[in-house]
This record gives sequence, C-alpha cells and structure tokens, in this order.
Amino acid sequence: MAYIDLQNDLPGIRGPMAFRPETAQPLNELAEILLHNEDNSLTRGEREMIATYVSAKNDCFFCQQVHGAMAQHYFKCDTVYIDNIKHDYQSTNVSEKLKALLSIAGSVQQGGKQVTTEQVEAARQRGATDKEIHDTVLIAAAFCMFNRYVDGLNTWAPQDRQLYIDRAAMRATEGYAGSNPHK
Amino acid sequence: MPHIQLDENLPGIRSLLAFSPETAAPMGELTNILLRSNEGLSMADRELIAAHVSFLNDCFYCHQSHGAIAACYLNGSQQLVNQVKADYENAPITDKLKSLLAIAASVQKGGKQVRPEQIAHAKALGATDKDIHDTVLISAAFCMFNRYVDGLGAVTPTDLSSYPPRAKQVAQHGYGNHVFLANQPI
Repeated sequence: MAYIDLQNDLPGIRGPMAFRPETAQPLNELAEILLHNEDNSLTRGEREMIATYVSAKNDCFFCQQVHGAMAQHYFKCDTVYIDNIKHDYQSTNVSEKLKALLSIAGSVQQGGKQVTTEQVEAARQRGATDKEIHDTVLIAAAFCMFNRYVDGLNTWAPQDRQLYIDRAAMRATEGYAGSNPHK
Repeated sequence: MPHIQLDENLPGIRSLLAFSPETAAPMGELTNILLRSNEGLSMADRELIAAHVSFLNDCFYCHQSHGAIAACYLNGSQQLVNQVKADYENAPITDKLKSLLAIAASVQKGGKQVRPEQIAHAKALGATDKDIHDTVLISAAFCMFNRYVDGLGAVTPTDLSSYPPRAKQVAQHGYGNHVFLANQPI
C-alpha cells in the first residue's frame, strides 16, 4: 500500500500522477519527447529498451514491466528476448551501437561520474551521434527519477506481466503527453 | 571536458538545456512546480532538500547552485546551508524538515530504501501527504538532474563566487529557459 493517501487505487506511477496532476504534466511531456517523439534517430524500441534496462537495474518492477512491454511491442519480439537483453545484453543480437549505449546507461544508473570517456568513444565509433548519447544519458537519468518516484512512495504493481503487454499497443498509439492516469 | 559538444560559455546544466531545448522545457516546468512554491514546504525547505540530495550524489554543480539559491531565501546564510548539506541532523532546522531530509536521503539510495517508520515519523511531526509526495519527487528529480549533469561531463565552475550571482537570478525569476539562456551574471 502506498505510503500516502493517493485518493485513488491506480497502479504504479499512475497513482501519484493522479494525486498531483501539476507535476504529472511535465513528467509525461518529458517521457513523450524522450521515448515517443518520432523526430529521433534512435528508434522507439531502442529508447524504451534503455528505459527498461535502467528500470531493471533499479529493481523497479512496475517501470520495467511497462517499458519492457513497450519495447516488446516495437521490436515485435517475445518477452524472453526482452528479459535476455535486461539480464545480459552483450550476448543478444541487438546492434553494437545499442550495446554501447546500454553500457553508458548502466553507468548513469550507478552515478553520473561513472560514465567514462572510453564508453562514449566506443559508442561514437559504432555510429552514435552527440544527440543519441545525450538522449541515452537523459533517458537513463530520467528513469533513475521515475523508478524512485514509484518505489519511494511504495505504490503497488500488478504481478501479471500479461496486463502490461495488453496495454502497450494503446500507449504506443496515444503516446505519453497528456495521458490520463485513470485510463 | 564534456562528453558531447556543448556551449562552453554556459555552466553546468545550462549548457545541456541549451543543447536540448525540447527536453529543457518540461524539466524547467517540473523544477518550477517543485521548488518555487511555499505551499506546505517553503522554497527554502525545497531547495535544501535539492541541495542535500545533490551533495549525496556528489554533484558539485547542483549542490553549489541549489545551496546558493537556498541561501537567498535564508537571508544569505550559506553557513546554515553547508551544515544542512553535510550534517542536517545537527543543523538548526525544524524536526519536520529533518524527517523529510531523512526520507530524501533514502530515496537517493533507491526508492525501496524508504522505510514505513520514516514516513510515520514525518507525519507525526506534521508532514502532510503532499509534503511527503513533494519530498520524494524532489529527491528523485535530483537523482535525474545530478546524473544528467555529471553523466555528460558538463563544465562545473570551481570558483565558488560564481554561484551566488546566478542563484540571485533564479531566486528573482524562477526556473526555465528565460533564465537559463539569458546572459550570465558571471
């Protein structure tokens, strides 16, 4: 049960977003630009995968299920494939560029200063642009916020993973900006 | 040296907000809502929470910046700010703020580190649900901002005298691109 009276029984981040719509609006706008906006050379699937990977490292069940289902939707793959990337992306067949970006995201999760020049250079050598490196760092940083928001208030999360997969197509169509936490 | 090409004349997060104005807009809006309100928690309380979390994350730019902004709201008492950042338990602040700083410090370690006793203690000292919500989100947001600044290696001014003039700018005009992209006092 949530630590505060959220005045609703919505799961995960939707609870505090409905409780405090003023902050929900910029949070959703940020998610929209980082994850859903089409004007980005990283695919939606790649960006959702970075969010999922960081959420898994932060052990945030709700966020890793929501965004893992989104990545699965865009990749048109199964849940096992997403789980394999979360657990050991190096041994999967994702692109060398995405592997380099996931490595940077993993360092950001531990702390900003953990990112090394070598990691950034490796990503650049595999074709990553400044904007892609910027977006990777900010997605990872933003999920260090979202994950803490969700778990720091002790929100509840459905345990059936299929429920998250069932919602992914709707979220992919509608995006995050202006999303109604009650739906 | 920054990891990507940034405007070297802009310090810290300001160079990143200029690099990516699309994401700067909602981040500025979020910061204004969380830090520029005296409802429940004062602006000084909110900046102290931000400065303490940034200190724990070892983000020099953010803890100097938000410490200097807090000092603007505390009659310029940088000494009090420094004490809260490093050792709030012995600082001359309210027990309620201490209980919220404890929650913020747990959030900094990880969302699951917050304990029910910490919440109960804060409530017993008069913290409302909204105070607790905002404390958790301020702490979480600075776990983002700190990582954004240091993760991209943004330039961090080491001259401490450069922070108060910029802090005054924020204290007067709030957060957002109108401030971040304006000419810098130093």
